[in-house]
Amino acid sequence: MLISFNLNGKQANTDVAPDTPLLWVLRDTLGMTGTKFGCGKALCGACTVHLNGQAVRSCQTPIGSVAGQKVTTIEGLAANHAVKKAWVALDVPQCGYCQPGQMMQAAALLANVKSPSDSDIDAWMSGNICRCGTYPRIRAAIKAAAKA
Amino acid sequence: MENIKMPARRDFLKSSAAVSGGLTLGFYLPSASKAAEAQAVTHSPNAWVKIGTDNAVTIMCARSEMGQDVYTSLAMLIAEELEVDVNKVKIEFAPPAEAYINALLGGQLTGGSTSVRDAWEKLRKAGASARMMLVAAAAEKWNAKPSECKAVGGAVTGPGGKRATYGQLAEAAAKMEVPKDVPLKPTSEWKQVGNVKQKRLDTPAKVAGTAVFGIDVRVPDMLYAAVAMPPMIGGKVESFNDERAKNMPGVKAVVQFSRGVAVVADSYWQAKKAKDLLEVTWDAGPNANNDMRKVWGGLKEASNQAGAVFREAGDADGALKDAAQVYEATYELPFLSHSPMEPMNTVAHVRADGATIITPTQFQQLVPFVVAGATGLKPEQINVITTFLGGGFGRRVEVDYTIDAAEISKAVGAPVKLVWSREDDMTHDSYRPGGLYKVAMGVDAAGKLIAYRYHGTSPSISSRLFPSIVKDGVDPFSVEAIDNFPYAVVNHKLTYQMHDAGITPGYWRGVSHNQNCYVVEGFIDEVAAALGKDPIQFRIDNFEYGQEKHKWSGLSAGVAVGGRMKKVLEDVRGKSGWGSKLSGEGKGRGVAVMEGYNTVMAAVVEVTVSKNYDVQVDKVTYSIDAGPLIHPDQARAQVESCTIYGMSAALYGEITVKNGGVEQMNFDQYRVVRMNESPKVLDVHWIAAGKDQAPGGLGEPATAVVTAAIGNAIYAATGVRVRRLPFTPENIKAFADPRHTMKPKSV
Repeated sequence: MLISFNLNGKQANTDVAPDTPLLWVLRDTLGMTGTKFGCGKALCGACTVHLNGQAVRSCQTPIGSVAGQKVTTIEGLAANHAVKKAWVALDVPQCGYCQPGQMMQAAALLANVKSPSDSDIDAWMSGNICRCGTYPRIRAAIKAAAKA
Repeated sequence: MENIKMPARRDFLKSSAAVSGGLTLGFYLPSASKAAEAQAVTHSPNAWVKIGTDNAVTIMCARSEMGQDVYTSLAMLIAEELEVDVNKVKIEFAPPAEAYINALLGGQLTGGSTSVRDAWEKLRKAGASARMMLVAAAAEKWNAKPSECKAVGGAVTGPGGKRATYGQLAEAAAKMEVPKDVPLKPTSEWKQVGNVKQKRLDTPAKVAGTAVFGIDVRVPDMLYAAVAMPPMIGGKVESFNDERAKNMPGVKAVVQFSRGVAVVADSYWQAKKAKDLLEVTWDAGPNANNDMRKVWGGLKEASNQAGAVFREAGDADGALKDAAQVYEATYELPFLSHSPMEPMNTVAHVRADGATIITPTQFQQLVPFVVAGATGLKPEQINVITTFLGGGFGRRVEVDYTIDAAEISKAVGAPVKLVWSREDDMTHDSYRPGGLYKVAMGVDAAGKLIAYRYHGTSPSISSRLFPSIVKDGVDPFSVEAIDNFPYAVVNHKLTYQMHDAGITPGYWRGVSHNQNCYVVEGFIDEVAAALGKDPIQFRIDNFEYGQEKHKWSGLSAGVAVGGRMKKVLEDVRGKSGWGSKLSGEGKGRGVAVMEGYNTVMAAVVEVTVSKNYDVQVDKVTYSIDAGPLIHPDQARAQVESCTIYGMSAALYGEITVKNGGVEQMNFDQYRVVRMNESPKVLDVHWIAAGKDQAPGGLGEPATAVVTAAIGNAIYAATGVRVRRLPFTPENIKAFADPRHTMKPKSV
């Protein structure tokens, strides 16, 4: 089925089964591999993207539900976005695999809560797993981005 | 593994010939496929440094980047001596080649917290040697003495204001003799090594989302494979029905491979959906009925055997009989999964005349050999490319998924990307072995420690992977952090009993340091408490301060480190606020100390334990003697990383089996630390490096130390000694039973 949606400000067209998760359309069909596969069950947050500005798990988002909507991935988050700048300034990533999801989640947090407290950060970020344990730096980077 | 012949070691900085447009230094095999040819002909780019006529400098990264920062820290060592700015070089992952063998592990393998330890002198010399050849080329060109020329910032300057860039000198430099004597800069002249402001070179790509992990690789005409693998460990395919699967859209083929059935399709999702429709009948194999009752029953029975002695002095058994008081404890450690965030995957393209394997691996040197075995090709026909690794933690030392991908590609005759689901990953891991640990301490009437007995029983990882290193019943990777038992007890006997529990054992971050540090440091804390002593002072008073060499110190300092341990404990005592009162209910502070990988570290952990025995780690303070730090910020990042990885295991981690298979499938059943559970305060203090001190490893040791310190903090908070991990409410509750409280056994 032909499905069109707005991807990072441009129209994207795809012809796949409508139950195909957005994650795999991005990665396999459109070659946008910045969005990562971690668990396939919305348990880890590695696949987080923005759907109409809100953070969603793309592994649980059927492409059929995205038709005509606005999707932003890590590739579409501006290079000068406060989150990306803070992530670079604090050298947050280690292996880096979960970080696109972390950054998309953090960008959604900051879009909703301008100056997040520790408990806001806990509440917003606890769905995103990092096995390298970059949480202390993610917390610090979110606070730095909030001040930027 | 024992069948694999490693190439003979040779001097990595070998004389070499010029290659047009570049400096040649050392010995470089573009792939195993060129091995034979390259040994005869030395026309090749160099082992560590490539300099283009356009002045582009490329530094080879011969270790796998899985978060631990080898990409930057190893390049810093070369750049320091090469006199180039590390921020201006390009980094390339090295192919498998003899030059890149890790001397501490005997293979081109990333693990054992050895990358910096192995590279420390080797890579600085590689940089210095290249610089000297560039200087020599400039001197010859200008008819000057090398001592009149100086390398600075990627160029050489000489008498009369002469200047030539490295690019201009590269070709001539390659013809220069490789210097035999390569002096290194004194530490006082370092401009890059130890730079606290240095940033990671891979951060920009990882933030942009453009860093290529194995799972991101795309090659022309690539197909995708999803696999059905036996749910029971050691199971096999008996038969399968693919009627429904093969008629699904996008499906190109359904093929059986050694351990499962693969569906190959135009996209991963199509392959996965079709795979779910496969009907496979499994031959359950030797572990068909394995469950935790059998696992623990078997370990308990095995622990009644005498085991192999790996360290002994005096007469421990006799002294225990004579002791005024004897303390005993038994510790139970669970099996654990690695669960890196990137599930296992590999892109394989097996052709009639060779193969290309693009894979996130910690062990690229092994890949050509196992792929050759799986395909009938020769190792030298197999080209291996290493990508970024989305976490390793020891899981990617295994090459099982690489073999699978090669078999599947060969069967369908096309390039294939094999992608495991999280469920595949969690149920087909090699697991941190569980084990049973019995310890006893005898104390004389004056309170002096006079007898120590340790008896560990666990599966042996190396017996499966590297049997040649298992000697006389002792796996050196089962006795870390106990072979170097740091306390002075004149009579001691340490034994190990290996036992196969039907759960594939694997190297897991910190390997046996984790079990043994918990056992040693948990028990010494118990003894200190029983004797009414302060945990830190008791340790300091009882360290062995001699310099005796241990028998099994594979990756450790190899000598007693009592003095270093005393130093970190005294430091952490001050830095952590040890002894000050903690306000609030259920709070406690615990300490642990360990030497591993030639790093000595002490941790003080503060916890809050709720009435329901939920544990929150509030604060962790480390004092660490790891020698010189190459990239200080990322040395610290490794300690942060180990802390949280260790906490996941300590607080929640447990893999169990039922009907022969792993029960945990995903992160809802295998809980790991999340943001809200991460400590709010994590302080790392470094002991200044001694003169000529070599660096210690940092990728693993804190994982073990934090676990033991959490256990001791839980005791301080609750009075409960939890001798079974993880520290779940259930386990704490079980040990809160007064029957578990250690009382001296009357003799």
